[in-house]
Amino acid sequence: MEPLIEVRDLRYRYDDGTVALDGVDFQLYPGETVAVLGANGSGKTTFVLHLNGLLLGQGSVTVCGVPVRPATLAQVRQKVGLVFQDSDNQLFMPTVLEDVAFGPLNLGLDAEQARTRALDALGAVGMAHVSAKAPYHLSAGEKKRVAIAGILAMNPEILVLDEPTTFLDPPGQNALVELLDELPQAKILVTHDVDCARALASRAVFFEKGKIAGEGSVPEVVARFSWDRTSLHRQASSRL
Amino acid sequence: MAGAQEGRVVHHVVLDRWSRGESVLHRRDARAKTIAVLIFLIALATAQRAFLPLSLCYLGILAATIVAAGLPLGAALKRAAVVLPFTAVFAAISLAAGEPMRAAALVGKSYLSALAVLVLVSTTPLPELLRGLERMGVPRYLLMVAQFLYRYLFVISEEAQHMRVALQTKSGTLRRALWDRGKFAAAGGALGVLFARSYAHAEGIHQAMLARGFRGHFLTLSGRSFGRADVFFVAAALVIVAGARAAVEAWI
Amino acid sequence: MHIPDGYLATPVWATLDVAAAPAVGYLARRAQKSLEQSSVPLLGVMGAFVFAAQMINFPVAAGTSSHLVGAALLAYALGPAAAGVVLTAILAVQALVFQDGGILALGANVINMAIAGMLAGYLPYWLMGAGRWRRQAIFLGGFLSLLTSGVLAMGELILSGVPMPGVVIRLSLGVFLVSAVLEGAITLAIMQALTAIHPELLRQPQPDGRRALGWIGVGAIFLAVVGVAMASAYPDGIERLADATGIASRATTLLRTPLADYQLGTLGSAWLRKAGAGLAGISLIYGALLAGGKWLARKRGA
Repeated sequence: MEPLIEVRDLRYRYDDGTVALDGVDFQLYPGETVAVLGANGSGKTTFVLHLNGLLLGQGSVTVCGVPVRPATLAQVRQKVGLVFQDSDNQLFMPTVLEDVAFGPLNLGLDAEQARTRALDALGAVGMAHVSAKAPYHLSAGEKKRVAIAGILAMNPEILVLDEPTTFLDPPGQNALVELLDELPQAKILVTHDVDCARALASRAVFFEKGKIAGEGSVPEVVARFSWDRTSLHRQASSRL
Repeated sequence: MAGAQEGRVVHHVVLDRWSRGESVLHRRDARAKTIAVLIFLIALATAQRAFLPLSLCYLGILAATIVAAGLPLGAALKRAAVVLPFTAVFAAISLAAGEPMRAAALVGKSYLSALAVLVLVSTTPLPELLRGLERMGVPRYLLMVAQFLYRYLFVISEEAQHMRVALQTKSGTLRRALWDRGKFAAAGGALGVLFARSYAHAEGIHQAMLARGFRGHFLTLSGRSFGRADVFFVAAALVIVAGARAAVEAWI
Repeated sequence: MHIPDGYLATPVWATLDVAAAPAVGYLARRAQKSLEQSSVPLLGVMGAFVFAAQMINFPVAAGTSSHLVGAALLAYALGPAAAGVVLTAILAVQALVFQDGGILALGANVINMAIAGMLAGYLPYWLMGAGRWRRQAIFLGGFLSLLTSGVLAMGELILSGVPMPGVVIRLSLGVFLVSAVLEGAITLAIMQALTAIHPELLRQPQPDGRRALGWIGVGAIFLAVVGVAMASAYPDGIERLADATGIASRATTLLRTPLADYQLGTLGSAWLRKAGAGLAGISLIYGALLAGGKWLARKRGA
């Protein structure tokens, strides 16, 4: 099977010289969901910003057979839909409908087509009823769904979500995981939420100091890098 | 002073709610309403004679419009009164200078103008109003900046509010001194942090825009078009406003 | 300092609206050209920042506090064209959403605060911001921006015939001076914080060869502002000077014709004479300085 995303020896250095990515190799195959785990500052977010060309580093990043380069950015950004951690930064238009229609309009659809696409995408996430509302009226969970709709409206092949469950309460987190489970696209999930990763991901990679230090199934990676809250659980059960 | 600023933030939420109501006026094109309000403002600003009866007449017209739009009359009348404290000072000076007519004109004109603008923004969501202004020739760049300003007003204000509380907590135990350098510097530092955070928001927004294919131009969904009802509305506004003034001035 | 509707005489607000429109258009075009694509959200968010910043209080004395206005700060961070656009957007939102400032008076408020006040604040930084006098330049910028806006507003009110006895003018000027000092201090405090934590967010002042003109500009603004202020506060002295030089009669004839039919009370025309004489005098001095500066600059081959 051809990978949807192929990353080879990706390196990236900030302006001040700090090395953010130090040779990353990665593949994403159709239909799979991969969790990206690691400490803050390990390079997870920097990595995903290379997948749609927001950052351009050394090495190669190929999306659906297309190398990510300044000339191919428009194409790549239609294929890879990136959902950012801060929904307020993502929902920047005055109303929900206008925001979800932003992508389709930029893809060249006319106003009528864009409107229809946007309403369909909102329907797919169960948010069609708020299309006329202003974003700040929505709850964190609703904003996240609308942000996802904004990406779905571009018909991407891959969804990349950066810490999607942050700011959500437990019911919100459950609802989001259910929604993501229903979506057919291949997904990359950057997350600290191990339960979310366990629920959705078939595979996990662990970032450490700008490199992938290990990969495997989610339980394997969690165990290998002690990436869970066993001491917390131990403390909790000792109270019972 | 801080209370006044908080009042402002809450007010814009109330206004936003009013503007998304349903009524004959809400359904009119933003351009028609803008032109109607401009007609009113100009007729009011250029009025010289028979001011007292004219202002009562205009007050009645605005009150009727507010009721027709389904807005709470008392709250609207009260909100427009924000302009009065400033005006009271000048009115008092005018009275002292022996110009009672000017005092009345200052109070009446400033209050009625504020009320008229309030009616406009209470029946038109701000982004729609801005789009209407664009179609009337105002530079798009400026209006897009205003649109983003309005969108992030609440977000940044909330962050400022958190900082204010944090500042007060830190400085609260210090004695209130004349020109407290430490507190001054702390407030400056807090604003520096807020500034940097605002910048970070702007970068995040830009990334989100690029990620969805933005290439430099904001494209929009089609808005409403100017219908027959809107033409009639503008004509009616002109007739009522100018007619009232002509009638009052002729009668006196 | 936001002038509501109903204060300015029709020729005053109408002229300023007509003057402001192309100026704002020009600033918008310049800002668009000199900044990258990302500028719209940046400017919008910076405008929201100024609004929000007005919530944070700076302790003054005995429990009172003041807050930032921001024209100079925006110019230092974004450059004058973008700052002008942001300030115009702020004024528009304030007028529409908060009924703070009139709609017909928007041209006047834009000229006072977004253009003249902002430029008066930017000039000292442009000239001295890169050197030893950086802190003083920043303070002076904040100070001048507020003072200029205030005095211009006051001048427009007087010109419109709003009664302003000398004592009120002097009191207002006193308030402007205090606010201007505070604006300078607050702007400096924020700039120092930013220079320490995020210096990359600030523009580096890079004046080209036209320093002499810039200095003349600062001097002229100072003189014009102080001059108009004094002319308003102590009109009799100016009137004597004006009578002596014959300016007053010429100024009156010029100003009387278009303004005669409009709403100026009996007090208005007396003020008009004096204010007009004062303004005419100051304009002459300003013009002479500007011409002298241009001659100087040409002579130096700058």
